[in-house]
Amino acid sequence: MSKIIELKNVNKWFDKFQALKDINLEVNQQEKIVICGPSGSGKSTLIRCINRLEEHQDGQIIVDGKEISENTKDLEKIRAEVGMVFQQFNLFPHLSILDNCTLAPIWVKKMPKKDAEELAMKNLERVQIADQAKKFPGQLSGGQQQRSALARALCMEPKIMLFDEPTSALDPEMIKEVLDAMVDLAKAGMTMIVVTHEMGFAKEVADNMIFMDEGKIVEKAKTKDFFENPKSDRTKLFLSQIL
Amino acid sequence: MNLSILKSDKKNLNSFIGAGSALIFVGFIDIILSSFFSTNITAFLPNKISYLTPLLFGLFGLYLIRIEFSGNKLLDKVNTNFNSSNFNALLTLLVIFALIKYIPPLLNWFVFDANFAGNTKEDCTSGGACWVFVKVWLNRFVYGLYPDTEQWRINTAFLTLFLLVGASFFVPQKFKKYIIIFLLFVYPIIGLKLISGGDFGLKYVETGAWGGLSLTFIVSAFALILCFPIGTILALGRRSKLPAIRYTSIGFIELWRGVPLITVLFMSAVMFPMFLPDGTYVDKLIRVLIAITLFEAAYMAEVVRGGLQALPKGQYEAAKSLGMGYWKMHFLIILPQALKLVIPGIANTFLALVKDTPLIFVVGLLELAGMVNLAKTNPKWLGMAMEGYVFAGLVFWVICYVMSRYSQNLEKKLKTER
Repeated sequence: MSKIIELKNVNKWFDKFQALKDINLEVNQQEKIVICGPSGSGKSTLIRCINRLEEHQDGQIIVDGKEISENTKDLEKIRAEVGMVFQQFNLFPHLSILDNCTLAPIWVKKMPKKDAEELAMKNLERVQIADQAKKFPGQLSGGQQQRSALARALCMEPKIMLFDEPTSALDPEMIKEVLDAMVDLAKAGMTMIVVTHEMGFAKEVADNMIFMDEGKIVEKAKTKDFFENPKSDRTKLFLSQIL
Repeated sequence: MNLSILKSDKKNLNSFIGAGSALIFVGFIDIILSSFFSTNITAFLPNKISYLTPLLFGLFGLYLIRIEFSGNKLLDKVNTNFNSSNFNALLTLLVIFALIKYIPPLLNWFVFDANFAGNTKEDCTSGGACWVFVKVWLNRFVYGLYPDTEQWRINTAFLTLFLLVGASFFVPQKFKKYIIIFLLFVYPIIGLKLISGGDFGLKYVETGAWGGLSLTFIVSAFALILCFPIGTILALGRRSKLPAIRYTSIGFIELWRGVPLITVLFMSAVMFPMFLPDGTYVDKLIRVLIAITLFEAAYMAEVVRGGLQALPKGQYEAAKSLGMGYWKMHFLIILPQALKLVIPGIANTFLALVKDTPLIFVVGLLELAGMVNLAKTNPKWLGMAMEGYVFAGLVFWVICYVMSRYSQNLEKKLKTER
């Protein structure tokens, strides 16, 4: 399997606070990685650097063979290939669910409207929300909104999907419907990097686990090894607290 | 002494209602007699007390009928809405008495004693408003000094405009786009050409002769249409990451916001021509339009910026993560939401703009208020300032009220959140 994301010695500062310290990471096609760690450990910052919602100050980030840097034209192309699902859904409240899904394909990928709508309905079907297509985001429940956000990202037909704590803002009973949709996506072979505290999901889906603390990758291991015999004490402590 | 007999309750409901209503009635009779028939039924009391008697009667009456859960629907409604405490009862009475005292004289001036017939100031004899003045000058108030024989051109221009605007509401969505583009980019040129003339066999009418309500509309409409996009671009510029653009925008906005409109107009009339090379001439109406537009654009920019800042960061991030660049992100995601948020502020700026148009008198252009000002100094019509300004005020109020209602409807129509 070939590398699709590569991070080499990535460092990032927010003013004087160092959010990421010498991050090295390789992600292969179709690989599923779950990143966990305490809050403030840099997990969200790490995946937000991958589509440059945050800028890194040092090191290299290469996505699908292209280095992410100041060059804006390339950046938009890369972002179009990297889907992202946010903690707060971030649906566009002034557009219907269907328009949320078709907007970027039509304007960014120049897809004809009819094709875009077909694609959108297909993806909404996939996350089982096709019947809500004409509604506005404000009329849906949190779980429905998050699934719509997932469908919106999928409509760009991305090569990589990033998830930034997708279930953290949801009521407990809605978490499952979102996780189910993500499991389906994983089974379909998507390359996924997921920041989450849902360890059940991690055990079911992840190929590799990453534990981060204080801006560093403390441990990276196969999922089974990670849960059964974690190497570092910090990981053990963390797991003992959340499992 | 046992005062409990004065405390109303449900047992003797009817007697209390009777006594209370009687007292309130006396209070009303007192105020009506004293305002309309100059009779004071309590003249035997000292002056100050007699002045307050209607209030005292009313207050005591309202106190007596203040019975909670009386079972009488009307009484309960009155008590909860107008009579829930002594202070509220006092406010209720004051408002009602003030209305009784001051509305009729106003109505008399406006309608009953007003003069409508006749053609000269001498026909106004009855002491009320002299609407003859407005009637005689109406043509000037609407068309300014525009030649009478050419006024059909203004009528045609505005009629077409209203028809087009009306049509844009009723035609199917598909054609709406074209009508709006035509209205914004093509029609203003046609309309202006029709009114100014000079070609196509139309007599040239110089802008100094334009005036009245039609000029109010022309200036307002142009400034409204132009200041909106300029303001939006300035707002985006002020939030730009590029220092050159950001500081230019900040400088522009702060410069124009920092000077009074009247000085801007004065500059446009007096100083601006000095910077032009000899022989070039820019019509003063155009200069005024540019001045007002830039002035209001600075205000508009700050209103729009308020909307931009109110949007959560997540909206920008979601747009970026879908591969949208700066312009796509702003035109598809950010501006539609931000502008919707600030419709009240935009309407506010637009209303202020319409009401700022009378200031163009400083360059010698006379719109509605300016024409009134001119008419009242006519030797045959001295002393008609009140009628003229009341008329101008009413017209401005109607224009602004229509705009305000439209903005409220728009707000409701565009509301999709929750």
